[in-house]
Amino acid sequence: MHDTSAHAVHHGVPTSFIRKHVFSLDHKVIGKQYYALALVAVVVGMVLSWIMRIHLGWNNFAIPGLHLLSSTGAPGNVLTPEYYLQLMTMHGTIMVFFVLTTAPFAAFGNFFLPIQVGAEDMPFPHFNMMSFWITFVAFLVLVSSFFVGDGPTLGGWTQYAPLSAVGAVAGPGQGLGVVLWASSIGIFCIGQLLGALNFITTTLDMRTKGMSLMRLPLSAWAWFITSIMGLTAFAVLMPACILLILDHVAGTSFFVASNLVINDQVLPHSGGSTLLWQHLFWFFGHPEVYIAIVPGLGIVSHVLITNMRRPLLSHRVIIYSMGSLAVLSYMVYGHHMFVSGMNPYSSLAFSFPTLVITIPSTIVVLIWLGSLYGSKLRINTASLFALGFISMFISGGVSGFFLAQPSIDIMLHATYFVVGHFHLVMAVAAIFGIFSGTYFWFPKMTGRMMNETLGRIHFWLSFVGTYCIFMPFHYLGIAGNVRRYQAFTDDYLIPLIPVHKFITIAALLTGLAQFIFIYNLIHSRFKGALAPDNPWEGTSLEWSTATPPPHNNFGDKMPVVYHDPYQYSVEGASTDYVMQTSPEQLKNAPDEK
Amino acid sequence: MATTVHEPPKIEPDRQPNHGLPSRGSGNGGWRNLVPVGGDLRRLKDYSPPPASTGIWVGLAAITMSFAAFTSALIVRQGAASDWRHFTLPSVLYLNTLVIIASSIALEIARRRIAAFMGGIKDQAASPARWLYVTLFLGLLFVAGQTFAWLQLRSQGFGLATNVSYSFFYVLTVAHALHVLGGLGGLVRVIGKLKHSTLRRSTLDATSRYWHFMGVLWLYLLLLLWMKL
Repeated sequence: MHDTSAHAVHHGVPTSFIRKHVFSLDHKVIGKQYYALALVAVVVGMVLSWIMRIHLGWNNFAIPGLHLLSSTGAPGNVLTPEYYLQLMTMHGTIMVFFVLTTAPFAAFGNFFLPIQVGAEDMPFPHFNMMSFWITFVAFLVLVSSFFVGDGPTLGGWTQYAPLSAVGAVAGPGQGLGVVLWASSIGIFCIGQLLGALNFITTTLDMRTKGMSLMRLPLSAWAWFITSIMGLTAFAVLMPACILLILDHVAGTSFFVASNLVINDQVLPHSGGSTLLWQHLFWFFGHPEVYIAIVPGLGIVSHVLITNMRRPLLSHRVIIYSMGSLAVLSYMVYGHHMFVSGMNPYSSLAFSFPTLVITIPSTIVVLIWLGSLYGSKLRINTASLFALGFISMFISGGVSGFFLAQPSIDIMLHATYFVVGHFHLVMAVAAIFGIFSGTYFWFPKMTGRMMNETLGRIHFWLSFVGTYCIFMPFHYLGIAGNVRRYQAFTDDYLIPLIPVHKFITIAALLTGLAQFIFIYNLIHSRFKGALAPDNPWEGTSLEWSTATPPPHNNFGDKMPVVYHDPYQYSVEGASTDYVMQTSPEQLKNAPDEK
Repeated sequence: MATTVHEPPKIEPDRQPNHGLPSRGSGNGGWRNLVPVGGDLRRLKDYSPPPASTGIWVGLAAITMSFAAFTSALIVRQGAASDWRHFTLPSVLYLNTLVIIASSIALEIARRRIAAFMGGIKDQAASPARWLYVTLFLGLLFVAGQTFAWLQLRSQGFGLATNVSYSFFYVLTVAHALHVLGGLGGLVRVIGKLKHSTLRRSTLDATSRYWHFMGVLWLYLLLLLWMKL
């Protein structure tokens, strides 16, 4: 009988193909499965953005084969306005949920959190397996909306009520499409709650001998903090999705006001609160952007320290900052609602913590920069992407200062300025974090090295390309270019079309550059040079085990931890670095004075 | 494995501290478990809570958040428009409340008997499973009682979409009942383990914490519904 509550090891080495590769209980396999899902999702999401970008630059351009996706949505291979919005909604939903949440948190976290704390597996491996497969089903449900009824919903990834709650009368995809969307996200929440349960329990209970909380590497801390955010945020989004589905299928009136007339039809609902949806959604939605970015903060710190060969200025302050981000992320969600008709005094109340939340973010950035200053950074693809992350995080973060203030936000709200802001600070930055983690940990995950030359080409094309795409967005926004328009026909927008064409070309080229990465990933998986156990001379536990790690992570003997995670260039030590498992006594190490 | 009538249930006590070097698979970290300077392993603490007892609190935290979200939705929605309709709760709910409290008491008796068995007082532990069956029965009775309340309201013409106050009544009670069914699944698993394999103390404790939480959650929901509906 299976046992989900047993202590550490209770599943032996699997022998059947199904248990080994499909319904695996091994956190490492589950982590790779999450990574593969994110990879498929990101390609889908990127192709959707290509289609949108081409349409925005050249409104009547016929994209060959597009009618195969939807004959009504793209007659003559040209997008209809509605179908543009449907693709945009799917782009946002797929990217936020199935890429930015799954890759940095669920994929890397699953693979490396148990190893970094020194455990043989997560405490509830069956829940862990379910977590992935439930997420997979959620993805299928979401993608299925392309192929049923009149296609996916067009309401945007935020699904604002009342138009998301009134059914087919509100446009294509607003009937079955929304139900599938809300079901998918509800299912996704269950998957992530099970994941968060495992992550938190792993960190609290499964640490090996000597591994105190403060001895956890920063990446493990980031996953731990993220899982706490995930636990509380997804637990709120799921009830919201249930209420939204009920407004659709049961005719309830949670979100739809009385006597609402849509497309000349009086709706039978009464008294619902449209703002209620926004409150429930953004109470989840703002922590969600930190769920996407905090793992990146941890991964980038981990990668940078290893390549700088010295610890950050402060280990603890990074941890406290990430913790403050998590707490504050629940208190700022109203800044998404400055123009919603909410009481202006609430805007003030949400504006203040929004400005405060820039403080821990800035502290983290300053610690990185201060630690980098004068360090002999080892330049490789992983550290380049870590630097790229910092760059994106700063560029996107600075525009956050503007948007945090209601008086400025009223001007910039729902313009491309906001689109540029969040793409840089949470989307591209998080993706750069994923890339950094991939180039850094690929040897440990697969036993083979990635191609460094291709990696650097990939970095520079991505780095320059994303700035070419997203910097002009800020300009467009200040010029008054409203987001979610599928064509620019107003007098003041027509002069901006060349900028859109430039962005489209940049997006196509940057997207193409990503295939260098995918080629590198697949080619190195099978043909890459064999990786040693500790290719980057790291100190944390994942580098003290074999490459790739055995089924129970550490073989016959569990590791014992003697040191803080980042003992580099320690005076008096015999090597440049002292591993956490090294019993060597250090005289001048910060934790052992 | 088949059980004979006289075979005592097998119960595994909490994890024993393992003295000396770490053994495989025990996850011996635990809170504030620092290695002293020089790595003197004799001074290591050997305690780590079983994951199930931490895990259950984490799970309950998520459930609390979900019901908090429902609660805030109820309060916001009630204040949003003047269409809120007050109604008297079906009286069977109060009976159900007694049933779920009784089930918690029965489970606590079962838990104590098993604890007594582990303490070596074997005659008291003649049949710890019997009280688990009582809990299971009372739990099913509670769900049946809730179903009765839903059917009663429906027969009076008050459905899910009649008014938003009914919507919240159904959503909250059904969501709670589904969680109770999950708890019943946990109880069946505990009974199965007690009868056919080895029951861990932490599994039993986690299940009973969940079950008691369902009782407390119901009391909270009843109070909320009684005040607001």
